Amino acid sequence: MAHDAQAVRRLVTRAKYWDKVFVIIGLMSLMVGVLTLAVLLAGLLQDGAGRLDWSFFSNFPSRRAERAGILSALVGSSLVMLVTALAAIPLGIAAGVYLEEYARRSWLTEIIEINVTNLAGVPSIVYGLLALGLFVYGLGFGQSILSAGLTLALLILPVIIVATREAIRAIPGSIREGAYALGATRWQTVRDHVVPYSTGGILTGVIIGLARAIGETAPIITIGALTFIAFLPPAPVGGEFPFLSFEWLRSPFTVMPIQMFNWLSRPQAAFQENAAAAGVVLVVLTLLMNGAAIWLRLRYRKRIKW
Amino acid sequence: MDMSSSVADAQAAELAMPALKARARDLNFFYGDMQALKRVNLPVADRHVTALIGPSGCGKSTFLRCFNRMHDLYDGSRYDGEIVFQPDGVNILDRAVDPIEVRMRIGMVFQKPNPFPKSIFENVAYGLRVRGERSRRVIAEKVEAALRDASLWDEVSDRLDDMAFNLSGGQQQRLCIARALATEPELMLFDEPTSALDPIATANIEELIHRLKAKVTILIVTHNMQQAARVSDYTAFMYLGELVEFGDTNLIFTNPKSKRTEDYITGRYG
Repeated sequence: MAHDAQAVRRLVTRAKYWDKVFVIIGLMSLMVGVLTLAVLLAGLLQDGAGRLDWSFFSNFPSRRAERAGILSALVGSSLVMLVTALAAIPLGIAAGVYLEEYARRSWLTEIIEINVTNLAGVPSIVYGLLALGLFVYGLGFGQSILSAGLTLALLILPVIIVATREAIRAIPGSIREGAYALGATRWQTVRDHVVPYSTGGILTGVIIGLARAIGETAPIITIGALTFIAFLPPAPVGGEFPFLSFEWLRSPFTVMPIQMFNWLSRPQAAFQENAAAAGVVLVVLTLLMNGAAIWLRLRYRKRIKW
Repeated sequence: MDMSSSVADAQAAELAMPALKARARDLNFFYGDMQALKRVNLPVADRHVTALIGPSGCGKSTFLRCFNRMHDLYDGSRYDGEIVFQPDGVNILDRAVDPIEVRMRIGMVFQKPNPFPKSIFENVAYGLRVRGERSRRVIAEKVEAALRDASLWDEVSDRLDDMAFNLSGGQQQRLCIARALATEPELMLFDEPTSALDPIATANIEELIHRLKAKVTILIVTHNMQQAARVSDYTAFMYLGELVEFGDTNLIFTNPKSKRTEDYITGRYG
């Protein structure tokens, strides 16, 4: 018996050896990502921290590096994101709900589904080319905030559709059946149950999509964003009747990554500092958005457990 | 008239059944090419409890879900035959009849409690809201009445705004019963309502079913034979998609006519 027990122990020890090996491999893999991000952020901070004061946020770009700021880029990015969100959220949720709750299984929906998933992988510059032809020239929106917002909306549409569908699929069929058994129509079930219970997942997808869009550069350059903008778009709220103005939609603009690119391409070291500072702002914005996504997911998961 | 139909009719006549709430006639049901129900005939007595028993996969749940057209939610299902619903004599399987209309008249309680992730009050009120009820007073009255009928009122009356998920499993199932009762259905379908519950919660639900039949017709699927014997007035035994035997519950359990029924209720298989 004693002999057997030792044999078993040796067997277990040998089997557990791979547990230890994998813990080390796993930790090292994890560190590659985490450390890279940390080093990157630290580097940006080291270069750019000196420039991060109030005037950096409130100044327009300038030929003199120490007086240059990101005001027009920050406002441009915010307005473009607003257009993107207003366009992509309703379209993405409607498409996702339709595919999950209404569409019958057929070869056509199969093809649409495969396409939606593939769209998420199309290089963003291709969206830029499409938008140049469609929005800038075809629909005559010009090189404007509207064109840029719609372009990025197209870019993140698949992300929102996929997130919506996954959130909806997490709702157990028994909940749906419970609603239908009470005599609810499909629309009532979607409005009162499917959408409210998947809000957390949908919002997470929306924010991750927007966080991706805010850093996009290529498609925005393709549709012709300017790299040097020393003015703000017209204010949306005015003193004259009808008090609301949509002129800002047609305004030329720049966005954060383009401003960064513009500074990076200059030879002077002072502009490189500006670029690093703008990079910090952009990374912090993205991290904040992702943090908001995590917070929302936790909040909704606490309320709804299946 | 075919064999099984005449047998069921003869049995019904022999039993001198009370008025019927519904009758399934030569009901066939298909999932795609697979036939899950074969010429099923069943009378459902008004304001009595009818139990459907049989081994797993015999089609009893499939049959139950025909009564509120639940299969319409999924592609590839097909009904053939009829379920005539009284007092108006409408065939609820008729394609011209909207399944939503059918579900407005027939309530259902599922195998696992499936409360909505909403408050206790909103769970019970939902069926009323779907029916367009706007008056807060009427909704509050009907919610209370339904919770009383489901013997849950005393346990939840002081926390109607709590999330339904905070209730125990047995309470959740009684909440689901209250949710179905609030809309005053004519027929209630129970699909193994106690299979996920402990013995005490099960006893509560059985007592509830026993009391409810004064108000509403009940059709219950169970694979607990003692439960069928305790709660039902009539029992139908199903096997491989066919209805093998139907009769007074006492007779079925004491003097089954079919060898299959006898083998099943004596525990030889299933």
